[in-house]
Amino acid sequence: MTTEVTDATFEETVLKSDKPVLVDFWAPWCGPCRMVSPIVDQIAEENAEKLTVVKVNTDENLETASAYGITSIPALYVFKNGEVAKTIIGARPKPALEDELSEFI
Amino acid sequence: MTETQLVIIGSGPAGYTAAVYAARANLSPVIIAGSVTAGGELMNTTDVENFPGFPEGVQGPELMENMRAQAERFGAEVVYDDVETLKLNPGAHEIETALGARYTAKAVILATGSAYRELNLPNEKKLSGHGVSWCATCDGFFFRNQHIAVIGGGDSALEEATFLTRFASKVTLIHRRQELRASQAMQDRARADEKLEFLLDSEVAEIHGEESLTGITVRNTVTGETSELPVTGLFVAIGSDPRTSLFADQLPMRDDGYLKVEGRSSKTSIEGVFAAGDVIDSVYRQAITAAGSGCAAALDAEHYLADLESAAKQSQAADVTDAAVTAPVGS
Repeated sequence: MTTEVTDATFEETVLKSDKPVLVDFWAPWCGPCRMVSPIVDQIAEENAEKLTVVKVNTDENLETASAYGITSIPALYVFKNGEVAKTIIGARPKPALEDELSEFI
Repeated sequence: MTETQLVIIGSGPAGYTAAVYAARANLSPVIIAGSVTAGGELMNTTDVENFPGFPEGVQGPELMENMRAQAERFGAEVVYDDVETLKLNPGAHEIETALGARYTAKAVILATGSAYRELNLPNEKKLSGHGVSWCATCDGFFFRNQHIAVIGGGDSALEEATFLTRFASKVTLIHRRQELRASQAMQDRARADEKLEFLLDSEVAEIHGEESLTGITVRNTVTGETSELPVTGLFVAIGSDPRTSLFADQLPMRDDGYLKVEGRSSKTSIEGVFAAGDVIDSVYRQAITAAGSGCAAALDAEHYLADLESAAKQSQAADVTDAAVTAPVGS
């Protein structure tokens, strides 16, 4: 399951999480974001025990997006203990994403 | 292993048009569309104003969705996966995808398109996604009220530059020559844009920034003089190269790196392997020419498969005749 996180809930859901959190920064106008979104959903479903997966609509949550210097989307950030542990910029096929996320899944 | 008549690799205008034609010819084509690249380059554009049939223009993603739906309507199967290996053996070409699906195909259409060219400057990769971008429609929004540079002088560069003026405080278009390659209509629109300035006879010499882009050094290609431009966004649109890595070791390429085809046809040097779109076109590179090229490839593949089938029937008939002749001998 992936949930939508907002500027208001980002700290509670992402930064204070016990588990690593994969954040998918996206926006409705971004074609590659739409392509990678179902792949992120699959990864979320298959690794639900190890990884929390959330989505941030950068259009509506500019504060969070700019706090992390997002300038290209899709951007997949992994947060561990409140810190950015991994950044992946741009859409990738599922095997490539799984590879990049191997230390968390 | 799935046995098919025709596999189409790529899902831009060339791939989808080939799929429409092949599906209508009852070839039940399988299109390996790409897991994150389906729809191709037009998925990253906004207004397409020169595709015939849309007097008011059409959004790139919408056009590609329509092409996909049209192909599927006639029975084409669209697979959202990526080709990992391709073995071209006449009669049974083998395709294996990243997710492990395997196909054999009597005919293959290669419509793999092209990939963005990079500047090949230090810091370009490091700052990619942190100020350096290849997709104005994806990333323009993040550069609200900032100064952006766009590199290139073709249609895509000018389209990106005019698109980015919606967000940016200023856009500087940098091109290494005095003349732009872009169409006159695009140039006129760009010149009329007050937020857009042109820096011609110029190229990017250095990209600066640690965490994110802080500026670039621009070199005048005539005088060699350099100057600093404090941009926080850099959009690279200096063209693209054909995407041939899947088959570069199996098929002859032209000197310029494009896949070689026979005359005006779509035939490559291996029987049953056809090609269409940007991967064979260094000249026109338009959505509509790619679509036309996809149509040609489907027709070539259709003829090839028909010939193959009638040859098989003839040899079957010959076997039957042989059997009739030899039967009395045995009895």
